[in-house]
Amino acid sequence: MTANNHEVWITGVGIVSCFGEGAEHHWKVLGADKAPKPIIDNEIVKPYSVHPLPEMDWSLQIPRRGDQRQMENWQRLGTYTAGLALEDAGMKEIEELVSSMDLVVAAGGGERDVETDNAIMRDAIAANDREKLLLERLPSDLRPTLFLAQLSNLLAGNISIVHKVTGSSRTYMGEETAGITSIENAVSRIKSGQSTHLLVGGSYNADRPDALLPHELGHHLYRGGDAGIHGRQADGGGLRMGSAGAFLVLEEAEHARKRGAKVYAKLTGVASDLGSRDAEKTFTRLDGIVERLGLSDNAPDAVISGATGVRDVTKLEFDYLNEKFGSDIATRAFNTQIGTPLEANLPAGVAFAALAIKNSGFYPQFEKEEKASPSSVNRILVTSLGHVCGEGMAVVETV
Amino acid sequence: MTKYTDHKGRPIIAITGLGVVTSLGQGVEDNWNALISGTSGIREVKRFSTDGLNTRIAGTVDFMKPEEISAPGISFAMADSTAEEALAMAGFGHDGFPGPLYFAAPPVELEWQHRFELLENSNSGEVGYERLMSSAREHKQENMHKLIQLGTIAFRLAEKYNTRGLPISLSTACASGATAIQQGIEALRRGDSEAALCVASDGSVTAEGLIRFSLLSALTTQNEKPEKASKPFSKDRDGFVMSEGSAALVLETLEHAENRGAKVLGVIRGVGEKADSFHRTRSSPDGAPVITAISSAIEDAGVTTDDIGYINAHGTSTPENDRMEYNSLHAVFGDKIHQTPISSNKSMIGHTLTAGGAVEAVFSFQTMLTSTIPPTINYDNPDPDIPLDVVPNVKRDGEVKNILSNSFGFGGQNACLVFGREAA
Repeated sequence: MTANNHEVWITGVGIVSCFGEGAEHHWKVLGADKAPKPIIDNEIVKPYSVHPLPEMDWSLQIPRRGDQRQMENWQRLGTYTAGLALEDAGMKEIEELVSSMDLVVAAGGGERDVETDNAIMRDAIAANDREKLLLERLPSDLRPTLFLAQLSNLLAGNISIVHKVTGSSRTYMGEETAGITSIENAVSRIKSGQSTHLLVGGSYNADRPDALLPHELGHHLYRGGDAGIHGRQADGGGLRMGSAGAFLVLEEAEHARKRGAKVYAKLTGVASDLGSRDAEKTFTRLDGIVERLGLSDNAPDAVISGATGVRDVTKLEFDYLNEKFGSDIATRAFNTQIGTPLEANLPAGVAFAALAIKNSGFYPQFEKEEKASPSSVNRILVTSLGHVCGEGMAVVETV
Repeated sequence: MTKYTDHKGRPIIAITGLGVVTSLGQGVEDNWNALISGTSGIREVKRFSTDGLNTRIAGTVDFMKPEEISAPGISFAMADSTAEEALAMAGFGHDGFPGPLYFAAPPVELEWQHRFELLENSNSGEVGYERLMSSAREHKQENMHKLIQLGTIAFRLAEKYNTRGLPISLSTACASGATAIQQGIEALRRGDSEAALCVASDGSVTAEGLIRFSLLSALTTQNEKPEKASKPFSKDRDGFVMSEGSAALVLETLEHAENRGAKVLGVIRGVGEKADSFHRTRSSPDGAPVITAISSAIEDAGVTTDDIGYINAHGTSTPENDRMEYNSLHAVFGDKIHQTPISSNKSMIGHTLTAGGAVEAVFSFQTMLTSTIPPTINYDNPDPDIPLDVVPNVKRDGEVKNILSNSFGFGGQNACLVFGREAA
């Protein structure tokens, strides 16, 4: 049996959000004395608002135009952010490191060709035989390579192609739980000695009606204005999706030491569960998670919360945190700032926690409901409660 | 090495439950009888019109009763059936399974039937996504919402069969079934749990699905005789047949299985994986990643190529895959590959995509349990460049102790498994 005693260090962070790109850039913007005004777009998918993709020069991380052409934006964003993380870890283009590096990607279902779909729908409205119309149009209207932008595992595939990460490659799915299980699996593999260095993360493109539609089918999108996670609870709550990518380089401590890597923080543990969202049962499950993370006797100094704003579960989470860790606990619901990047939600939360630990600080209040930061922050709890189901937490602390 | 640990001191992994659904039928027994009699499940698609399409055949599963005829609907129905079968065989009921669920999930998304339904329900906004959004805003679509969440099938299975913790939904394209098993192997070897339920399902034969693969020139166009169209390793092979199916396997540490008195159906000896960075749909010309995946699976299993008595091929029937698979096997096995029986289940059931690796794992265990090697059917025109013993057209009796099973997928995914009949 393997000894589960290896430490997991975060040695590379890549982030892209509406605020721009790069780990330190995000610390400068979000870790300043005062929180920035969130960047929100109300035009891209009216009447909903999203935290949009920033202006990108894809070629900085995806040099070949041919590669860029084979991807849609969620893949470009993920491949780009993965490149940032590798660069940050000092591993980029170092063949012996990337060729043995494991890859776990949290991904969704890709993108559709909205223009083509719209054109077909326009014709279908008037058509007597819609099935016939589809058979006539799809073979000629669909771009042959579009399928490659729709397969969930093709973000991982593109990361292998562009950055030559080829040790192993798995893609996890399931909305926010994809982000939870991918990091949980990554940590387990390093702890047990199954992996020495691993790239894990995800990306989400919110700037598209086809990406938002699934959530509106369940009436999960927020319909109000610019309110943050707390602020929108009074008028129905809901998701404001955000385009973002977040990738982490996780490394076994000895592996990192040997190559003289700079270290952000230790990723002490990740735990998760699934069950009914009844308040009592959820509290019991969250207790179990907190117990498994060893936080019962060792409370975190602060919380980076992946609360999505969807009403009942957001309230449950804050109630639980207040009850468990006291109502003065400083909790930062980062979706207020960058929106909900779905599969990339927990990866982004862990990235923000790692940045705070590395910079020996914490984030200012993102909303007035959030409590002031403690004087020192050495242990951060990162949460992600899926807006539909599934719960996960991670602990990030000073090495 | 002890009674319960392997050559690397890791827990030996036993298989105690199997479940399968393919176009040949529901359940291990029906499938196996059809498979060893060389029956094809490939037929003309009846579920929807295929007028004018280049490919009009598939291995659809039309006998289930899904809640809805859609990829997620059919995929769930099949996964539910195979999970139930495997858990019952292993002696677990609904009251609780002592391990996590790893689910190889099919691509699900809103389908055209859903878009048309939404369009019908609203008059606001421009026709297209604007109207779809308005329609959703006006009328909550609880079922449609749930159906197309990518985690839904695994969540439902986890709840119904009471598996532990948060299930993992995964995709490595056409290697997904093997990856689901690999995740279970790794969890047991880490000591995370004593058991794992690995399920894979794919019911995504839709018009758009067929068209997408056609546009990548991946499918056969030999529509005239559907049962003859999938012909792995034949000279006139021209693409795979898109198919549906599901499989489930109960993995347990041998110790756990024996302690609870479960019948051990076989063991998993090893797994190998290597990603390819060459191209989105093609393998490296030198085959290096596939060669690495095969040889590391054999090494991980603690056996040699001499110990592999049969190979369950990926064998898709595309010109490129079958040639690449042969070349890579030849590189690892040397000339003795020409004497090693190898067959492709896909000659009969087509390519069950996400489910393939798991379906073929179930058939691999059946091969060892019954000492019967299923044939490669439609082998009437051998490809002289692939001089393999493909167990042509007729099953073969013979004891098999160890099996190599290959799975390769778009996106540079390569996963290989080594199964054994006995623990030692």
